Amino acid sequence: MGAAVTAILSAQQIIRRFGPIQVLHGVDFDLVPGQVHALIGENGAGKSTMMKILGGYLAPSEGQLFLDGQPVQFSDQKQAEAQGLLMIHQEFNLALQLTVEENIFLGRERMRGPFLDHKAMQDEARALLVRLNCHVDPRSRIRDLSVPNRQMVEIARALGRNARVLIMDEPTAVLTNRETDILLEQIDRLRESGTAILYTSHKLDEIRRIADRVTVLRDGRHILTRDAAGFTEDAMATAMVGRELSDLFPAKPVPQDEVVLKVENLSVPGRVRDASFTLRRGEVLGFAGLVGAGRTELMEGIVGLRPASGKVAVLGKPLKPGSVLAAREAGLVYLTEDRKDKGLLLGKNLTENLTLLALDRFGTVRIDKSAEDAALTTAIHDFDIRVNDRAMAAGSLSGGNQQKLLLAKTMLAEPEIVIIDEPTRGIDIGTKQQIYDFIAALAARGKSVIVVSSELPEVIGLAARVIVMGRGHIAGELSGTAISEDAILRLAMGVGAERETA
Amino acid sequence: MSDTTASAAPPRRRLNLHVLGPVLALVALIVLGASLNANFLGYGNVTNVLARSAFIGIIAVGMTFVITAGGIDLSVGSMAAFVAGVMIMAMNAMIPTLGVGVPLILAGMCVALLAGLAAGLLNGFLISKVGIEAFIVTLGSMGIYRSLVTWLADGGTLSLDFAARGFYRPVYYDGLLGVSWPIIVFAIVAVLGELTMRHTPFGRHCAALGANEQVAKYSAVKVDRVRMGTYVLLGMLVGLATIMYVPRLGSASGSTGTLWELEAIAAVIIGGTVLKGGFGRVWGTVVGVLILSLIDNILNLASIVSPYLNGAIQGVIVILAVVLQREGKSAD
Repeated sequence: MGAAVTAILSAQQIIRRFGPIQVLHGVDFDLVPGQVHALIGENGAGKSTMMKILGGYLAPSEGQLFLDGQPVQFSDQKQAEAQGLLMIHQEFNLALQLTVEENIFLGRERMRGPFLDHKAMQDEARALLVRLNCHVDPRSRIRDLSVPNRQMVEIARALGRNARVLIMDEPTAVLTNRETDILLEQIDRLRESGTAILYTSHKLDEIRRIADRVTVLRDGRHILTRDAAGFTEDAMATAMVGRELSDLFPAKPVPQDEVVLKVENLSVPGRVRDASFTLRRGEVLGFAGLVGAGRTELMEGIVGLRPASGKVAVLGKPLKPGSVLAAREAGLVYLTEDRKDKGLLLGKNLTENLTLLALDRFGTVRIDKSAEDAALTTAIHDFDIRVNDRAMAAGSLSGGNQQKLLLAKTMLAEPEIVIIDEPTRGIDIGTKQQIYDFIAALAARGKSVIVVSSELPEVIGLAARVIVMGRGHIAGELSGTAISEDAILRLAMGVGAERETA
Repeated sequence: MSDTTASAAPPRRRLNLHVLGPVLALVALIVLGASLNANFLGYGNVTNVLARSAFIGIIAVGMTFVITAGGIDLSVGSMAAFVAGVMIMAMNAMIPTLGVGVPLILAGMCVALLAGLAAGLLNGFLISKVGIEAFIVTLGSMGIYRSLVTWLADGGTLSLDFAARGFYRPVYYDGLLGVSWPIIVFAIVAVLGELTMRHTPFGRHCAALGANEQVAKYSAVKVDRVRMGTYVLLGMLVGLATIMYVPRLGSASGSTGTLWELEAIAAVIIGGTVLKGGFGRVWGTVVGVLILSLIDNILNLASIVSPYLNGAIQGVIVILAVVLQREGKSAD
């Protein structure tokens, strides 16, 4: 490919260790102007570490980086940024209380004499956003923006710094399909203007659409680099996992007749209106809809995390409203979509996270630490949580293992009904399959599961019945063979179209 | 997948510095004190230091829970003065009916505990139910209690009836097997506090709440109740500290308990509890309290440095403690 000659940024034989643990074993990688080079691999394969090394956030333990053919070392990320190397993080680096314009120009404010030149900055910010087809006011505060718009601001910020190399860490993880389309168009445009782009995503169809070349990492090792043309999604998945992935989705369990959850006319002020549905024993019920359709809010209203009106009955008994504890005691638990901010205490160890929801099972006066320890051993085994060290903080686990820990934590409460919101967000395909198997096994054991997901294949593959939400109410229900991406989207958009353009 | 054996080494090494810091400082102070003055380790001095530490110490144990749960309470010094004032007035008022004797003392203790509980409940209610920031609420109540006690004392001093004072004195000055009561009570509070923090759901919930309130809420922790609980616990411990304090002087005034809140917070921080919440250590707080009172004691015993510099040295220790903790963290 002759990449070594024309590459802006290349890395040779990169090795990186964290203490005694080696996470990268001699990885080569290069970025060429006007090309999108995708880096794919399972969670824990070393993608994040590799990206951080390329972006100047981490130094390699061994190996060499070359910028424009010259060996370089970045002492910190600022230095890399000064050379036009920019990284867009999965977790945004935006100051929530500042405005869009202030964020875009943070650290390189335009001056007019001793004062800030607000007008110039606003104009430039607006121009950058228009380029991205993103119509937010530069004066609005980040905290008031939706997640996709924040993503666009993050990209605008990179563009404003004249990025020659753009490193994008799963930029579409939080975007809807339509927003993803816009983003991919922007990437196309950036590529044409000669920017070198590193792109990662767990969505292999995106990789197919956008990448010129693909590099696969597995367990910190470089598996292959090849042209994207002719590289099928199946072949990518096989290369990532290192084995054939048989059917991603397990067989759908057959629900029994008993109704375990009955929701009647549930409303969450400003978010959900008049939602009613039932869930049967042994059923996997899907909830689909566009981002902002009110699915999460409905579920949080049901379990008492949000003020809600309406009736909820679990196993025939009315549920005390507004109490997560009452819901848990009735056998109803909710697994949040936001595992980093609402699911796990990232700074605490695995045990304290595992037992937090069901702590009363480990003693009402004195906590039985040996029982807790045994519970962790069981959880690590049952959920296949890959830990380096049982005393490690939950935040040091990879995303997939965090999700497994969160699942284990939730299941420790021995629920009858589990609501799982975005069960596989930001998780690699191997772990996804494990979680799908787990959900199906749960239903087969007579538990009931609600799966809320923005990934349509997931809803379709797991659920025997799908409820579609749009604009805060239930837009329709599909079951059996009637479930298809097309039918779901039509229901979701049918009423949601105006909102989308707003 | 049970790699228990291979695991514990790396984090333990980090813990050591972190954990041992305050203990080493305390040992160093004791060695220093002993080498400067022969009487330092004598029975009289040790009892004196510990008994004086007891008031701040009992309060600081409660403060550890408040701070661990992500809160702060600036009102405890004023609260102690207010509770002492109320207790003294109530006891004086009850002498005609109860006479001077054990029932009067017990009634006075109940009043102190109830007053502390009510004060803590009010702070906790405003913070967790009304949702005002802890700093603001307790800054406000700090002023309110201080002003109330000054008003009750009419700008002067509220004194316990002379006979009752004589009867109550032994609660501060006497003890069991040569250990005075304040020390015994402080020790019991410290042990119970440590057990509560480390081995009960309440302690675990405090740490969870301080680490991330959202996660606690989503994990079915009754966030409001736990937060309220920390302030009520602290209020009652202020009441308990006051019970031990009143027999010492038998009076309360507008200047009683001045700056106790800052000393208590300083002791908590020196002990290794994280000011932002999420991690608390009661035994560390006890060490912190002892460090602060030993500095004071050593300066008074040895005439190398002026005792007037006490505050400056304590200030340096607080800042140093936090710096050391931070280095412990970034090393991992």
